[in-house]
Amino acid sequence: MNDTPIYLPESGDWQCAACGQDLVPAPVGVTYLQGGFTITLMTCPACHLSLVPEFLAVGKMFEVEQLLEDK
Amino acid sequence: MDQQGLRDIEYRCIQEEQPACQAACPLHVDVRKFMALVRAGDMAGARKILDRTLPLPTVLGRVCDHPCQPHCIRSPIDASLAIGGLERTVINATGPAAKPLSMPGKGKRAAVMGGDVSALTVAWDLGKKGYGVDVYLAGEAAGGHLLTLATLLPPGALAAELDIMGRMNVAFHPGQRLDRAAFERFCTEYDAVYVEMLDTNFLSLGREGVDALTLGLPGHDGVFCGGFVAPGQPLSAISLAGEGRKAAVSMDRYLAGVSVTASREREGACPTRLFTNTEGVIPIPAVAPAEAAAGLTPAEAGTEAARCLDCQCLECVKSCAYLARYKGYPKVYARQIYNNLSIVQGSRSFNQMINSCTMCGLCTELCPEDFSMADLTLAARRDMVSRDKMPLSAHEFALEDMAFSQSDRFTLLRHAPGETASAHLFYPGCMLGGDPAASVAGVYAFLRETLPGGVALGLACCGAPAWWAGRQDLAEAAMAQFREAWEGLGRPRLVMACASCQATFARMAPEVPTISLWRVFLEETGLPQSRGALPAGPVAVHDSCTSRYDAESQAAVRAILGSLGVDVAELALSGRRTECCGFGGLQANAHPELAATVIARRAAESPHDFIATCSMCRDRLAGTGKRAYHLLDLLFPGGSGDPAARPDPGFSYRHEARARLKRTLLETVWREPQSPETPPAVRLVIPDAVRRVMEARHVLDTDVARTIAHAEATGRKFTDKATGRHLAGFATARVTYWALYELIDGAAHIHAAYSHRMNVSGVDRQEG
Repeated sequence: MNDTPIYLPESGDWQCAACGQDLVPAPVGVTYLQGGFTITLMTCPACHLSLVPEFLAVGKMFEVEQLLEDK
Repeated sequence: MDQQGLRDIEYRCIQEEQPACQAACPLHVDVRKFMALVRAGDMAGARKILDRTLPLPTVLGRVCDHPCQPHCIRSPIDASLAIGGLERTVINATGPAAKPLSMPGKGKRAAVMGGDVSALTVAWDLGKKGYGVDVYLAGEAAGGHLLTLATLLPPGALAAELDIMGRMNVAFHPGQRLDRAAFERFCTEYDAVYVEMLDTNFLSLGREGVDALTLGLPGHDGVFCGGFVAPGQPLSAISLAGEGRKAAVSMDRYLAGVSVTASREREGACPTRLFTNTEGVIPIPAVAPAEAAAGLTPAEAGTEAARCLDCQCLECVKSCAYLARYKGYPKVYARQIYNNLSIVQGSRSFNQMINSCTMCGLCTELCPEDFSMADLTLAARRDMVSRDKMPLSAHEFALEDMAFSQSDRFTLLRHAPGETASAHLFYPGCMLGGDPAASVAGVYAFLRETLPGGVALGLACCGAPAWWAGRQDLAEAAMAQFREAWEGLGRPRLVMACASCQATFARMAPEVPTISLWRVFLEETGLPQSRGALPAGPVAVHDSCTSRYDAESQAAVRAILGSLGVDVAELALSGRRTECCGFGGLQANAHPELAATVIARRAAESPHDFIATCSMCRDRLAGTGKRAYHLLDLLFPGGSGDPAARPDPGFSYRHEARARLKRTLLETVWREPQSPETPPAVRLVIPDAVRRVMEARHVLDTDVARTIAHAEATGRKFTDKATGRHLAGFATARVTYWALYELIDGAAHIHAAYSHRMNVSGVDRQEG
């Protein structure tokens, strides 16, 4: 069972342009410096391209980056 | 920085020094806090301050002869605070004597010979610490000269305190012979002995006969003497108490078997280095009690205490938004920085603080002791870099900007066309070179016309960002690169339009002669005939912080404005005390929000238009919405429109402007045709609101263009079925950039752009 944090886009009905597929939540590895986590992002089921929403990039991700940089 | 180095740095910050009153008090009563409580009408709180420090507080608080008062810094302004009178008011207004908390018995005993204030203080202090104390009195009652102060002491006050001492392991033995025989006996019967020299001197001893630091009697371990009277001097109750306190500290340490001499410099009345700025303090006369005999009422005391200036230094903190931000002062920051650097495992929570100093040097100018946050934070940054502990994101954007300026896109160092020698080299700096409205070409042409001996051109980066970032390696490499070209040009003198570059050369390459463009205009070439639109009213001159020590150039700027007929309304902080715009020290990179506060505060310091001599300062002032000129705008009008109203061009435009400047100069000055600019792979349309967000996030147009080009070339993007907008991400070596856009007639209209540094497995990466 997937119990990682899920970060879905706040708006939009997104599709992978290359594959024409609707996105599905999927676990994705994120790493920075010595840190690594798994989170759930909307991802193309065919080519596995993942969507990082703006609020995640400038919010939680930024915070974690700063924390890891200060380690 | 080692422990000793830290202490040397900390010592320079005097904020923790005692105020003059407290330093002059032999017992160091916390007068500031006492005054604050009296002012607030909290008499019980004020009483606690006295109880904490004074022995026999209801007695000493009434009879204290307040040697502190003449030291009050209000004294030369109006009158010293009535510290002694306020003490009496507080004691009178609060309850009777109360037994202080005392420690459990230690099983050791001390003898005290004498009963005046120093002896009572020794007994009070040792009793409180849990020692058994026997006080031997020649007369019938303890108190010595206190017994003669009936006008100050109400009946029963002394008796009440003595009674309390009785409950603190202190026993009084009146009617004793205090002679050498008794002394010899006490020395064998007790663990320590105090001899008060006031009334009895069977030891035939003067003050010089005891150890000045400890009051110890040489040759007699555990014996301490105090209460010496200088002939002809009036007795000072508080000084006697000070001496008693000193002896009690020695005896306690002696009895506990620890060092009697360590760290005792600050006991008794001592000098202080605290500086308090009294400029602008309005004289307020001291409050006279309505009934002189009764002293100040609590209400009168509150008014009198409100005159207390709450002496602090904080000279630097008052003028620096950065120092104020972290709620401390340099001494605290030095300790925090030291601790931050010492962390082996765990979070380095002061990294951002270290990286947010503008290193402008204003604190050093304001500090009576020349404390330098710039030196401290630079050393810390270098330390972090050397140990690979510098956060990547702190300076990377600025260092990449520097790399751009050092690249072939901008760098251009050569003799003027047709010349083979140059006496001068015009060095505009990368920020002026990045100002699309600046007339670098016009200035260069003017200098070539007016300066003899040939004027070379130097478009280059001085390496200041690397210096600020603690990247000494990059700073030295930048200078080495320049020096080689400069030597190839015959070592010309540099005519500099940027104070930061000039300061960098002075620091890194003192052999390179430099002079500011402003001095050259004033002293050598005269002003050009051309004129831009002049400001309608007086202007505030914002001196660059890096010009702080170049008084001649600052004077030249004012002289130029004077000859243009422009009046200057000086800022309170200018010249040697000028403020940074928030770009210095790469503050704007490490802490954009703080840097915005810094420049907004600066812009608010004058109602007038600003004039800056640094492009970055001007742009940052303009970024707050303040009207701001560059001095060159008045001398070499460039773009169209009101130059003071032009916005901050932003990072992307600055890059473009630098590259374009080089191309233009090569084409127009050296007549070297340039190949047409490669058209961008994607044409971008970026609304102002989106651009502002991109600037704040340090996302460049080129970053967005790269991402969209990849998405459009590969089809690897997301499309919103509802709006038709596309979202694409593309990772470079260290940062992933995202763009939300829609394609209209082949142009990408940008709706949002953002970035992150974390690597996400499902996002495409740039190869290589």
